Amino acid sequence: MKRVTTPLEKRKIVSLKAGDKILLTGFVYTARDQAHKRLLLAIKQADRLPIDIKGQIIYYCGPTATPKGRIIGSCGPTTASRMDEFSSALLKAGLCGMIGKGRRSKEIISAIKRYQAVYFLTYAGCGALLSSFVIQCKIIAYPDLGPEAIHRLYVENFPLIVGIDSKGGSLF
Amino acid sequence: MRKIKTTVIQQAVSELCIRANTQLRSDVLSALKIAYNRETKAIAKDMLEAIINNAIMAKRERLAICQDTGLPCVFVELGNSLRIVGDLRRAINDGVKTGYKKGYLRKSMVTNPLLREGVSFTPPVIHLEFIKGDNLNLTVLPKGFGCENKARLKMFLPTASVVQIKQFIIDCVREAGSEACPPFIVGIGIGGTADYACLLAKMALLEDINKNKKTDHIVGRLKKNLLSEINQLNIGPMGLGGRTTCLGVNIRTYPTHIAGLPVAVNISCHALRSATIKL
Ligand code: SF4
Repeated sequence: MKRVTTPLEKRKIVSLKAGDKILLTGFVYTARDQAHKRLLLAIKQADRLPIDIKGQIIYYCGPTATPKGRIIGSCGPTTASRMDEFSSALLKAGLCGMIGKGRRSKEIISAIKRYQAVYFLTYAGCGALLSSFVIQCKIIAYPDLGPEAIHRLYVENFPLIVGIDSKGGSLF
Repeated sequence: MRKIKTTVIQQAVSELCIRANTQLRSDVLSALKIAYNRETKAIAKDMLEAIINNAIMAKRERLAICQDTGLPCVFVELGNSLRIVGDLRRAINDGVKTGYKKGYLRKSMVTNPLLREGVSFTPPVIHLEFIKGDNLNLTVLPKGFGCENKARLKMFLPTASVVQIKQFIIDCVREAGSEACPPFIVGIGIGGTADYACLLAKMALLEDINKNKKTDHIVGRLKKNLLSEINQLNIGPMGLGGRTTCLGVNIRTYPTHIAGLPVAVNISCHALRSATIKL
């Protein structure tokens, strides 16, 4: 079990290998299909992004509503390959990590290599369990997107597995 | 003639939405436990353990099993001699809305499928069947889209062999792979029309996966062979390999036209959620 914190350092990233079990502590940003579309548009138009993604991790997740007395609702990963067409541009802009479920395209694997990034997997379909590792949750962009808004989460010992490492090694 | 008020129906649908989303079906949970004991690969065992713990926690804390609380599919079996007082469609719609809100479930619907606007809890997809008697059976199946996206239909020639059909189904599962949250439950519909085969496949998911219902021997054998062959695909929990790729295969058939043989596959992720009530 390796421990990782955010923002990610290149030194740390290159030490991770596909198959490694990780406990993550720090901030991660949720974003799925529609938020990715908007982030890409902002990059294209050279607008400021609503978050500084340098060294950060995007978590492909759209949580449920938050029940009374809880920090967040159910919050597991969504299918990563739907974000494949957007991820290269974000990696180029400084994104260092992604969390999701399932395989990625060849292009993304080579982009991960090129920009020395990492793709993590987490327990798919286990949103209730994963909510117990979230210490803080705040919507910070695109609130009109509902569950697809960008949430900033502070997670503690969030369980991950390295799916694709910075050398292109992959579990799939 | 027995009468039933739509307020009763609305209340029932609301409760079914919460129950389905927070309590994993007992047949699925017991299949997961059996799979956990049989699994030999460490990472697969680890994942199965997380799935089982997730189900226990969801039930205890009344949290959604999965953040994708699905597209609510509602199956209505309406007795011939029962009279509904009021607007049935509206009662179901409002029941879903109140249940999803009360259960802190997710708005996963967009009102306009092309513009992707209007995030909402509703509308559900409703299927109506008529039955004898004066009961009303309601079932809510919140269908997650990681796996719904892997649904397939193929219109076979009437002369196609069972081997060809089996191969098609196995290919569908292979293609679904890690993205549809394995281990799966595979629903298959054979016969009817193109649309009806798809419905049969989805309805097959509602049946208990551990019970062997009476069928003819071709269907019985197909089911058995599919289960063992799919489990040899080495997709495994989370798609990371292992012997647990499929927890159950259910097949529903219906008469069809002499010129065709529709076969539909509807895959469910391990979070197969449905709840039923008889009113
Ligand atoms: S496929 Fe099922 S388990 Fe996976 S995210 Fe969707 S609803 Fe949840």
